[in-house]
Amino acid sequence: MPRGAVVIDAERCKGCGLCIAACPKKVLALSGRLNRSGYDTAHVERPEDCIGCAACAMTCPEVAIEVYREAVGVTEGRAHG
Amino acid sequence: MSSDIAGMTKVFARPGSLTDARFTYCPGCHHGIITRIIAQTLDELRITERTVGVAPVGCSVFAYLWYRCDAIQAAHGRASAVATGLKRARPDLFVFSYQGDGDFASIGTAESIHAANRGENISVIFVNNQVYGMTGGELAPTTLVNQRTSTTPDGRDPKLFGYPIRFSEMIAQLDAPAYVTRQALFDTQRIRSAAVAIRKAFEYQLAGKGYSLVEILSTCPTNWRMSPLQANRHVADVVTEVYPLGDLIDRG
Amino acid sequence: MGERVLLRGNEVIAEAAIRAGCQCYFAYPITPQAELLEHMARHMPRLGRTFVQAESEIGAISMVYGAAAAGARTMTSSSSPGISLKQEGISYLAGSNLPAVIVNIVRGGPGLGNIAPAQCDYFQATKGGGHGDYRIIVLGPSTVPEAGDLTMLAFELADKYRIPVMILADGMLGQMMEPVELPEPIDPASLPKKEWATTGAAGRKPNIILSFDLDPEALKRMNLALQAKYRQIEANEVRFEGTATEDADLVIAAHGTIARIAKTVVRMARADGIRLGLFRPITLWPFPYSALRTIADRARTVLTVEMSAGQMWEDVRLAVAERAATPFYGELGGVVPTPRGILSEVKKHVQ
Repeated sequence: MPRGAVVIDAERCKGCGLCIAACPKKVLALSGRLNRSGYDTAHVERPEDCIGCAACAMTCPEVAIEVYREAVGVTEGRAHG
Repeated sequence: MSSDIAGMTKVFARPGSLTDARFTYCPGCHHGIITRIIAQTLDELRITERTVGVAPVGCSVFAYLWYRCDAIQAAHGRASAVATGLKRARPDLFVFSYQGDGDFASIGTAESIHAANRGENISVIFVNNQVYGMTGGELAPTTLVNQRTSTTPDGRDPKLFGYPIRFSEMIAQLDAPAYVTRQALFDTQRIRSAAVAIRKAFEYQLAGKGYSLVEILSTCPTNWRMSPLQANRHVADVVTEVYPLGDLIDRG
Repeated sequence: MGERVLLRGNEVIAEAAIRAGCQCYFAYPITPQAELLEHMARHMPRLGRTFVQAESEIGAISMVYGAAAAGARTMTSSSSPGISLKQEGISYLAGSNLPAVIVNIVRGGPGLGNIAPAQCDYFQATKGGGHGDYRIIVLGPSTVPEAGDLTMLAFELADKYRIPVMILADGMLGQMMEPVELPEPIDPASLPKKEWATTGAAGRKPNIILSFDLDPEALKRMNLALQAKYRQIEANEVRFEGTATEDADLVIAAHGTIARIAKTVVRMARADGIRLGLFRPITLWPFPYSALRTIADRARTVLTVEMSAGQMWEDVRLAVAERAATPFYGELGGVVPTPRGILSEVKKHVQ
């Protein structure tokens, strides 16, 4: 399975938890760190299990997540959705 | 951080057509997902520079802040008529309106139906979360039976206030519309399907095929008094029973 | 020079709008302006322009809002009850600094009223029938040819100041026929581009059309800018006509159809040895307070005559104050005063 990584913009995060639930690999969790708006924020807890499926990014209502994926074949498509 | 990303391709980023502004929506509200899909679709179709969005009154009154394109803020309920005037004046522009339950299905009922019936070549996004968000959680025409709202504190009694209105089904009765669909966003599969639907609606406008309506079942965690996750489940388990998902008509 | 034809008021307004380069017309049928709608329905499509019969007057004014935002010359027409429906839309147009022309062929009111001519929408037109601190330019034609001229002017002023402009006519003017010399048509393509319009943000920052700011200080600034615009219009766009006012003891103040009738009364009165004059505001907003004040300095009486319970009368009293007596004669319900009827009122006030 391809390796992936996500970057979460904690200042945009409102701690809604949708990304955490969407992740099939349980990579994300609430960090307990509040951002400047006073929200608890999501963070990458288990980066080694990320497959770069972008389910988190697709569901993030703040569009706060960027997703990276290791190239496997010749063509690598965008995550659609 | 960089060692995690080295050698990897970025496969998901904020769409270029989104401004840097932070959304004013509540945590977990689906408006942000829809906004992201719209911006992404404008990017994919490369039409941002000739797009004009029409913002409603409601939680998404600030919609004009989220996109890097021209926009008009319309009077409550009138976005479909404003989009009509805009598109008729400048058919070369890409025009979409973005409306909630009150705007599209209550005060805007006549404008919504007649823009569809005339087959105006516009794309209408109808965000159905069965409640009025901005004004404090009141009854909407789309509110479910027995649903508690601030103006139906004991639950919607159909004897007093009727039944949830299936507006897309009404619009689907008309001869003119090209595409009418109902989507949801409660899991990744639904989000993908919604994106495909929005893309189709936008492509139909570009091809001059006429009116498209994309109704999107959304959450309002704040006024439903649920967590965002509970709200998603509520759409999946309860709301879709009243408002079936899928394409109602596709004449493209 | 333009061609000369016999047309009714409603048709002249429609044709003048077309010749002024009106690109988009949206309206809902209502008596007594049906002919305006029908003229547009026949002619606009032939010229490749937009005609839509909207679902209601509210739909129509909303379509005007969208077309205006896109930079088009756009117009709607209606009559009193329909103009009431448009008030929110007019407030939005004014607050968003959008140009548009709105035609009111006034009929008897309030409520459903009737379809006879009246002047009972003066307050609604000039004091702002919609919410908020705003003004619209209001033009009051008194003859069919003037209705055409003022329609051309309306589009010009609307674009010049980015403001809604209303043609305040009435059912009689709308229906009567007079010979009219039609103006040379303006090609809409020759009109200057509107840099502020929502025409697609290629090569520039996005244009946003809105009348909204949650921050009170910001909304205050928006309002101050509107007020500054209105002061400019008041300084530059007042229009009125005086007839035999230089030596008049008594001056009739009237607008629209009544002013036209009053011109006959002036002739009749002068023949009877009464030094009667007529002061006719053409811009009902901005109202010609200063010009009327000057006349009131010379005359003993300014008699306001309207087809209403006394609406323009309030502006007359504001202008005249203590300088002269300010009696009123009005007819209600669509009853049109006759020249003889007005003359006998005049005689009551002449010593």
